Parts: sequence; C-alpha cells; structure tokens
Amino acid sequence: MKRLLDLAAGLYALVAYGFIYLPIAVLVLFSFQASRFPLPPFTGPSLRWYGEVLGDSKFTGAMLNSVVVGFVSSAAAVLLGFLAAYGCARMKGRFGSAVRALLIAPLSVSYLIIGMGLVVLFNWTGIPKSLLAVGIGHVVINLPLCFAILYSQMSDNIIRLEQAARDLGAREWQVLALVVAPVLWPALLASFVLSLTLSWDEFLIAFLLTRFETTLPVEIWTLLRSGLNPKANAIGSLVFGISILMVVLAELAIFGKGRKKS
Amino acid sequence: MSAPVVSIRNLSHAFGQLTVLHELSLDIKPGEYVVLLGPSGSGKTTLLSILGGFLEPSAGRVLIDGRDCTRMPPAKRPTTTVFQDYALFPHMSVGANVAFGLRMNGIAKAERVDLARGTLALVGLEQAFDKKPHQLSGGQRQRVALARALVMKPKLLLLDEPLGALDLGLRRQMQDELKAIQKRVGTAFVHVTHDQEEAMALADLLLVMQDGRIVDQGDPERVYTQPSSRFSATFMGENTLVDAEVVEVAGSTATVRTAFGTLKLDRPQARPGKAVLTVRPENMRLGTAHSGKVSFGDGTVAESVFQGSYRKAVVRTDSRQEIVLKLAVDQPISKGERVALHADPRHVGLLQE
Amino acid sequence: MTDFRINWRTLLLVGPAATFTVLFFLVPLAAMAAASFTAAGAFSLDNYRHFLTQPSYVQALVNSLEVTLVVTGISVVVAYPLAWVLAERVPERWQRAALMLTILPFWTSYVVRSYSWLLLLAERGVVNRALMATGLLDQPLQLANTRTATVIGFVHFFIMLLTLTIYANFRQLSPSYRKAAADLGASGFQTFVHVVLPLTLPGIMVGAFLAFVLAIGDYVTPQLLGGSNELLMPQLIIQQIGRRADLPLAAALSLILMVVISIAYLACARWLKLERT
Repeated sequence: MKRLLDLAAGLYALVAYGFIYLPIAVLVLFSFQASRFPLPPFTGPSLRWYGEVLGDSKFTGAMLNSVVVGFVSSAAAVLLGFLAAYGCARMKGRFGSAVRALLIAPLSVSYLIIGMGLVVLFNWTGIPKSLLAVGIGHVVINLPLCFAILYSQMSDNIIRLEQAARDLGAREWQVLALVVAPVLWPALLASFVLSLTLSWDEFLIAFLLTRFETTLPVEIWTLLRSGLNPKANAIGSLVFGISILMVVLAELAIFGKGRKKS
Repeated sequence: MSAPVVSIRNLSHAFGQLTVLHELSLDIKPGEYVVLLGPSGSGKTTLLSILGGFLEPSAGRVLIDGRDCTRMPPAKRPTTTVFQDYALFPHMSVGANVAFGLRMNGIAKAERVDLARGTLALVGLEQAFDKKPHQLSGGQRQRVALARALVMKPKLLLLDEPLGALDLGLRRQMQDELKAIQKRVGTAFVHVTHDQEEAMALADLLLVMQDGRIVDQGDPERVYTQPSSRFSATFMGENTLVDAEVVEVAGSTATVRTAFGTLKLDRPQARPGKAVLTVRPENMRLGTAHSGKVSFGDGTVAESVFQGSYRKAVVRTDSRQEIVLKLAVDQPISKGERVALHADPRHVGLLQE
Repeated sequence: MTDFRINWRTLLLVGPAATFTVLFFLVPLAAMAAASFTAAGAFSLDNYRHFLTQPSYVQALVNSLEVTLVVTGISVVVAYPLAWVLAERVPERWQRAALMLTILPFWTSYVVRSYSWLLLLAERGVVNRALMATGLLDQPLQLANTRTATVIGFVHFFIMLLTLTIYANFRQLSPSYRKAAADLGASGFQTFVHVVLPLTLPGIMVGAFLAFVLAIGDYVTPQLLGGSNELLMPQLIIQQIGRRADLPLAAALSLILMVVISIAYLACARWLKLERT
C-alpha cells in the first residue's frame, strides 16, 4: 500500500514538474531555431537569433537600463529601509507602530494600483515618463520589503552593540556605518539582491512610466506585440541563463566563505 | 509475584556507527512508577522512543503484557506517550483532543465525550472541556496531554520530560499530582528526566543511565545512599568517595579496610577486591567513631559556609582528601578547627564495579 | 544616550523613508482617488456612472473575478498535493535540490514565460502539432487568444508559487503532532485528515489570497494569451490610458479594483480570525 502511494506520488510530481518546465524547455529549444518562426519543426541549431539580439542596440540598451535602474533603486530601497528600520527599532509605542504600518503598507497594494497612482501623480505634477520615474516606482515597491527584512533583524543584540559603541565614544553615523551595518551585512545583501531581482523582472510599473528609454521587460513586450519571434526566445533564454549563473555564483560565494571559515 | 507488564531483553540500538543503547534488559512491574534518570546523551529518550514504537531497535526484544511488540507501530501498541512539547492539536478543543484517541479507535461519540470528561475531571480540568489549547496555561496544557494519554487506558504510559517547560514551583506541584494520579489509575508509568530530585520524588523504580547503559537501578533511597556505580554516586549530587579494599567476605558480612581502619559492613553482594566507600554530605557526622559507627579519620575545617537551610563545611583530612559535609545551620564549627569524622554504616555505600 | 523616545535623531533616521512613502505612495493614491471623481476638470461621479452603465465594463470585472477564482481554485488543488509530495515523500538529502528545482523557473522573465505559453498553444505550436501527430485531432484547436490560454498561463505561475508557500507551511508543522496522532491510534490517512489538513488550511488560505490579488491585478498574461475578444479589468484600465488618454476613468476603474481586493482581504482576515477561536 505504501509502495502504491509512493508510486502515485512520484508520478504526480513528474507530471507536475513536466508541466512547469514545458514552456521553459520550448523557450530554450526554439531559441536555437534557424528559421523565422519559433514553431515546430525545429530547424536548428543556430545562434542566429542570439546574434541578432546581442547586436541590437535596443536590447543591449534596455538591458543596461534594467541594470542601472535595478542597482540604483535597490540601493536606495536598502539605504532608506536600513535607516528606517534602525530608527523604528528605537521607537516604541503607538507612534512607532504607525510608522511601521505606513512603511509596510505598499506591500498590500497591487503593482497596477501603485503604477496607476504614480501615473496620475506624475501627470499632474508634469514629471515626464522616464527611467527616473521607473526607479521611483521600484523604490516604492521594494522599500517595504527591505524595511521588513531589516527591521526583523534589529534585535536587542544590535541595541546593545550600539550602546557599547557609544560608550566608547562613537558618534551616531559611526555607530551606523562601522558597527550596525557590518553586523547586518547578510540581511543587507539579501534585501539588495531581492530588490534587484524584483526590479529586474518588473514589467507593469516600467510599462506605465516609460516612453522612449525603457527597461528590458518592456522592450521584450514591444517585440512580442508584433507576433511570435525567435528573438524573444533568445532574450528569454539569455535572461534565464544569466540568472542561473548569478545564483550559482552567489551559492559558491556563500559556500566558499563558509568553507574558508571552517 | 506478578508477571512484569513490560519486559526488555538485550535491547540495543545504533544510529549509523554510533551505538546509543547497549544490551539493555529490564522488567517493569504492573503499577510501577519507573523513572529514567540520566544526562543528555545517556540514551534515555531513545529507550522511551523504542518503548513507544517510534523507533525500531537494532537488536533485542520488547514485550508488553507478554506480547512481542518490538516491531509494532505506535498506533497498535498498548502504550501512549506524553510528549515534551505536549503536542496538543491546536485546532481542536480540549475535549476533542482528549477524545481523539478514542475516536480513532471507533468509540461512539456519546461514550467518547463521557470518558473524556471523566479523565479531564481526574486531572482537575473538567471545566476546560470546550476551551482551545492556546487559552490554557503551560501547567494546564500538560495536564490535558496527560488526560489524552490516560483516557486510552494504556498498559504503559510514557512521559518524555513532561515537566521540563514548567517553572520550579509549578514543577513541584505537578510532581505531587503526577504521583497521585498514577496511584489512582494504577498504570505503569515510565518517566524520563534529568532532574534527580524529580526522579527521587516520583520513582518506585529508579534507573540511572549513562552512555546507553543502565548503571544503577532500584529504590530511590537505596540508589541515593548506596549507589552501585561511580556515575550514579556523583551524578545525583555530591558524594564523598574513599578508596577501600574488601579483604574478606563471610556470609553476608564484608570486612573492609580503609586508610582509617578496618570495619565490618553487612553487604551480601560484596566480593574480595578493590572498592570505594561512599557517604553523602548530609550523612557525614562530626566526632569520633564509637560503637558501630564507621570512622573517616581526622582533619581540619577548611571552609564553613551558611547556605540558608544548612551549613556547608569542607574538611581537609590528614590524608589530603576534601570531604563535604551538610550540617545544621547552628552547628558550632569554625575554620581551622580539628575534627573527627564518622558515619552510620547504613549510610555508607560500598561500590565495587 | 540610547533612549527610546522620539527625538530628532530617530526622526532623521525614519524621515527619508516615511517621506518617500507618503510622497510616492499615499499621495498618488489620494491623487488617483481625486482624479476618479473628476471629469472635465470638475467634481463628478461620471466615471463611476460610466462604469456601472457600460455592460462591457461590468463584464470586464465579472470576467476578472471568474478567471481569478477559477485560477486560484485550480492552482490550490494542484499545488497542495505537490507540496505534500515535496515535504513528506522526498528524502531529506534531496530536499534542497527539489526546492531549487521548484524555484528555478522563477528565474525566467515573467513576460517571456507567458510568451512561451503562446508558443506552445499557437495554432502551429507544439501542443497542437503533438495532438495532431498522435491522431487525436484532425485540425488544430484554437487554444491561443482564449480564456483557456489565460487560465493555463496563470495556473502555470501560481502552481509554482503556491507549491512553495504550502511547502513552507508543511515544513513548519511540528513532527510531534504526527507522532501524537499515531500514538493515539490514527492511521496515516486519519492523521492527514484530522491533523495535517486542518493545520495547513490557514497556509492554503493565505496562499490563495496571494494568488487572488496577484492574478486579478495582472496585465501581461491576459493581454498576451487572452486575446482581444475578452477583456479583464487590468486590460480595461490600461486601455483608458493608452488610446483614450482618459486618466480619470482609469483612476476610477483602478479604485474599483482596489475595493474588490479589499473585500477579498477582509473576508480572508475574518476567516483566519474565526479559525483561531
């Protein structure tokens, strides 16, 4: 009976994972398509489309924009979140709870609504659609996350470290930069990477707030509006590949550090 | 002489390369309160898990009520366990929790509710029937866990450090209640703890475990005053150990020679050879040994410290051994004083390993 | 001196983040609310009236609700057993690998993933070709540009997401519960029905709510896969900005969507609170 259950479980998992990986497999396979359409039959393998993508300044430009927007907005989100988390940890009582609630609020609102709100605001104040606008939008969605993560790390230990540092004569900014930040570096890094990941792949807000200079997801979207195109396969596979590479590198970095310590 | 309710024969268990239980054999009488005492890593929790059916032993047999239950899963075994974290189902009421086992065994609802109420009354919580576990205090939750296990009328009730999460005052109170409940229901209990006071307060049969072996077993008072292993001598509180030699055994009398003289002790189990005499601090007395008493030589008082309910004194003997005594608070004693030490032979343990 | 009162230091620390949130989150929401009540520069309920009187607009909301509920339902039903298999059946040493395997697909761009489904479901796409090759079909099915395609695209994503959240829920469950149930005589099946399932239900609820909110606000999947025959709310909203440049109407529609989400949130919160007592 147990064997039967195990067999059924295994089969179910196989089918489910098959379903999950099916589009990805098709994506990658037809990125190597030689002919014009990313549809069967497979006429590859060919690197034609990868070449076209990497040679297309629209895409390389958009990729660069995504990176810049990602890094800058994530850095801003982490910095603001860190300062706010540190400040909130020393605020008890109702005022502290109110501030915390404010900072976490955007998490419960759909990206569409956040984006729409910014569209209305920017339209009203005459701020043009641009990468800056997208950057602001991404900070809005990532700041609550960074704050939440960093606030949860502000334990009593940190307060004691701060007291010790101050007792030894450190000034406020020194306490933050030389004591608290280094101790929290894993959480800071995690928040940054999480924000970067979310920003990199974010479409809706970028779509609403840019016109000419855009990020990669929006550029891909524009391409897709004109129908099925193996270029999209190529970009998608590239993005996938780069992401996997980064994760592998991150794992090696973390485990490498671990090994060095022991 | 009634048949044992639980028999363990040559039980061994290993996790990979690490042997955690070595050839244990043990009999538990019906209605007996057994306590497994030992430090962490002694194997007491492993033994409990095997008794409960959560682990299959690498070797050996477990017989419950005459039946071989070694490979029987917990559901079919006539045992129930009170877990360390109580494991009360948070989504069910207290009454539903207690009745759960009955429900799993197909008992009808009306009867279930009756039995559950009855057992809750036994632990003093009949008014908590409709409450949820999170509404109860730690001590109350502990009693619900006990009720849930008891209502199944097991042949053996297993308790895994049940009082560990409670504070001292509550722990003492719960110990009394546990003992009283056990006497009332008459079920054999096996209780795991690392707290020696708890062990001595509760046990009919005390088992001291170390490194996967039972190193001492018996009546708590006997194990305490006359430990039969070096480990149990020192694990359960301070003890004075004096090297000795059994020179002769005649019938039940052993002639023992120490640095302070020769004495005769009534020890049927003694055999010639090296030995260690043990005396607990509260049993060591000041003064020269007179008729029938055992001398422990002379020495100088090195320390005399007020400890609240007793006075702790440390005497450095002429043979350069430090002996700890627990004296009455107002015992006149001062540092540097020369004293003689002795003890009643009934309080002297003879250790031969 | 570390004191826990509000002083200029803490305000300086918290100030930037709080100001930013107010400026770029609260103010936009207020501006959007204000805009929704304007038409031709003056206060007006026209936008809301417009919504209620246009059958196609109301239909868009209905479509959104239908699709989202169906997607949430299917995703939960498929993800729960998968999460169970991962948590209970996969041996401990393979847990991390299995988890990695589940997370990996998230690394493809969301836009591209939806596009991949378009590839699969196109008239000359893999699915149709396969079905025709095995003789089950003579003619290709119209799969792309339908509600079915939208549902498939959504379900694909949410199965991945919900498997992870429900899996985390399973792992958090104390092993003592299962031991206690077994100890009291419950079979594996009984333990699952009476203990595991009820205790993982709150986690399912939270996951389902998450799926609901994310799905109902999504523009990419319905736009790419659903075609223009049927519009969902996000598509309707974006439509107002694009061609018609009617921000106030878009704002009103967004607010309506927000209200729907809030209702779902309150219902969920209420249910979770009831679960507790």
